[in-house]
Amino acid sequence: MRPEISQKIGFSLFKLSLFITLFFLGTILWFIAIRGYRVISWEFLTTGPREAMTEGGVAPAIIGTFYLVLGSLIISGPLGVGCAIYLCEYNPPGPIANIIKASINNLAGVPSVVFGLFGLGVFVKFFKFGVSLLSGSLTLGILSLPLVISSCQEALLAVPHSWREASLALGASRLETIKRVVLPAAFPGILTGFILSVGRVAGETAPIMFTAATFYMRGYPNSIFSEVMALPYHLYALMTEGIYPEKQVPIAYGCALVLLIVVLSISTVAIILRHRYRIAHGE
Amino acid sequence: MNRYKEIFFHWLFVVLGFSALAFLLAITLLIFKEALPIFKHTPFWAFISGQFWYPTYEPPDFGILPLILASFLVTLGAVVVAAPLGIGTALYLTELAGRRQRAFLKPLLEILAGVPSVVYGFFGMVVLAPFFQKAFQLPTGLCALTASLTLGIMSIPFICSLVEDALSVVPRMFREASLALGANHWQTLTRVVIPAAGSGISTAVILGISRSIGETMTVLMVAGGAAVIPKSFLQPVRPMTATIAAEMAEAPFGSAHYHALFGIAAVLFVLTLIFNVLAEAVCQRFRQKLGSKL
Amino acid sequence: MENKPSVRLQTIQVSFFYGEKKVLHNISLDIYQNSVTAIIGPSGCGKSTFIRLLNRMNDLIPGSRLQGTIMLDGQDIYQPQVNVVELRRKVGMVFQKPNPFPKSIFENVAYGPVVKGTRDRLLLQNIVEQSLRKSALWEEVKDRLYENALTLSGGQQQRLCIARCLAVEPEVILFDEPCASLDPIATQRIEELITELKKEYTIVIVTHNMQQAARVSDYTAFFWLGELVEFGRTEKIFTVPENKRTEEYLAGKFG
Repeated sequence: MRPEISQKIGFSLFKLSLFITLFFLGTILWFIAIRGYRVISWEFLTTGPREAMTEGGVAPAIIGTFYLVLGSLIISGPLGVGCAIYLCEYNPPGPIANIIKASINNLAGVPSVVFGLFGLGVFVKFFKFGVSLLSGSLTLGILSLPLVISSCQEALLAVPHSWREASLALGASRLETIKRVVLPAAFPGILTGFILSVGRVAGETAPIMFTAATFYMRGYPNSIFSEVMALPYHLYALMTEGIYPEKQVPIAYGCALVLLIVVLSISTVAIILRHRYRIAHGE
Repeated sequence: MNRYKEIFFHWLFVVLGFSALAFLLAITLLIFKEALPIFKHTPFWAFISGQFWYPTYEPPDFGILPLILASFLVTLGAVVVAAPLGIGTALYLTELAGRRQRAFLKPLLEILAGVPSVVYGFFGMVVLAPFFQKAFQLPTGLCALTASLTLGIMSIPFICSLVEDALSVVPRMFREASLALGANHWQTLTRVVIPAAGSGISTAVILGISRSIGETMTVLMVAGGAAVIPKSFLQPVRPMTATIAAEMAEAPFGSAHYHALFGIAAVLFVLTLIFNVLAEAVCQRFRQKLGSKL
Repeated sequence: MENKPSVRLQTIQVSFFYGEKKVLHNISLDIYQNSVTAIIGPSGCGKSTFIRLLNRMNDLIPGSRLQGTIMLDGQDIYQPQVNVVELRRKVGMVFQKPNPFPKSIFENVAYGPVVKGTRDRLLLQNIVEQSLRKSALWEEVKDRLYENALTLSGGQQQRLCIARCLAVEPEVILFDEPCASLDPIATQRIEELITELKKEYTIVIVTHNMQQAARVSDYTAFFWLGELVEFGRTEKIFTVPENKRTEEYLAGKFG
């Protein structure tokens, strides 16, 4: 009888942990959704902050986040695809492949605030880009590079080997094969990887704190050397800066909800796409 | 002409292939280069074992022991919350959930794993901190406990999905063999599946630790920020990441304070590197153990 | 053997579904005490599915459904009050691919008795030795019982899995293509072993290798597209099959 009893206890514990997990995560989403919903209006989404951040909306932060995400993708996209192509299509010798894989893993493990310091030291100070959209995009691009590389690798590896062989056997060169067979087939997967990285980058705060973000700006950024507002940083600023905390908290709820909607809808799209893509490739 | 194009692209991909390595090296170099000057001011040992962090006093004290301990304390609390819940949830998903339940819960957890850390920090500030302040009659709810819980909740989906991966790699035939030998589901799980996935599960927890140590926004917002040696979970603390994020903006470029913050980053970098390498090593063992079965 | 052996396992009008798809059609088959029953047929004919019904391994497949009755010693094994764990202890199984656990050789063989609750070390050692002797592996592994089982060769791993199964003291043993991934020499050893085990156990073996069926079995059932085409004594099936399809299959015309 004993195994049956421990089975009962054990399985109830598993169930309990699922409930606790869902309870915690549900509470967070629920609080933010309910309180943020009251604040969000058309005006909130389309105007900038006013009266020392006690009124107005988050439009410049939405725009700023959009620019930062786009900028980071311009950096990480080509680098990530290129790196994945090298690893999957050019079959580098074992030790080199291992070193590169290890560095991708370790780069992924570097704390985001360290990326922020790197961006500060290299882009802001050394290259004298200043605290700017450019510095922030470069920093975020490097931060998301490991994620982009690994999803591109997954996409490339999902292309059947026999297609490459068929193309090569027909007299196509390796580059032709990559261009005409591998990349088109892997394209949906690569795109999914990009979307996934966008979702991740849109929520990052620490890397842009000293490289790109500002609490407040009049109007919108007009060059890659402007400072920008960004949703996650704006949320942080609303809670820790400013003079009227009690008036800022409701706006922060609105800002948090907008950020959540942006990030979660992007990652939902990416996850659904990835799921479909994996099914299509028979996993 | 075509041959040159081939060669050009080949080398282009080689160069791009090394981009991750190049950036990792660049980050390492920059962090250590900018950190070095502080060790002329305060010797390395005094830096990491010093009990006082007064970077703006005259003369300043650059001892980061309180910050290191705070990072470990908060991380410890986070892992105590996240590891059992993450592992339990993963076991529920792989062992007990029906197909439909899993089809719903798995993507849900994946999506929740994407909630930005600043949102968790915000929630910690507006909901958990006031709650703990009342519950324990504290002067402030922003303390190690709040930070641990917030960080813990944040790490659950992360650990859960890694544990689930580890469990799903255990070949189905191990389960079948065990059941065919008259073991029940629980015995199969505890004697065959979990031991087989053991190093994979450890990898998940180690990576969870590494991520918690490096996590910035949550602890910056809810840990309270007092740079003193932590004595209890109910007291405000100042982990390494929070110190860097809070002070970098006000540290004059090139000052001792500036370099000291890079010094903290270097310590942080090495710590997370150690955990990542450890995770990689354990994971390697996992693959070898199941190697002939994959 | 000729004088009417007793029926151990009996399937009556068994059909099996994966979701909407019917993969087995009204199979009625008797399996006799202390005999080897071979199940043959082209791949995809449902022979593995069928044998996995006999110890309820298919319970694990979501969305599957059984019609009909399967009796062990006159008792329906699919009745809700039947303890599946007890059933699987009585009806053991050896799988297509050797699947030792990533544990030591000793732990692998002792696994069944241990989960049953046996803790006595001496008793366990005894069981392990007896089981390994029966599966003709003892001499090869007696000095390395505590090494990881995955270090054994494929054929040794399969004999280890047989020993592991014997340690539970089953009465019926189901072999699901036990030699599919083994070389001819290892296969021969397993076949000798099966012939030896027949004295004590009732054996059902799925195989796609007709010579193997002819060599080891007393009875043969020929499955085709989820139907039982012909069942009878092996000599008879292989020499004077009644059904034309059986004849064609044995002659190598399809499959």
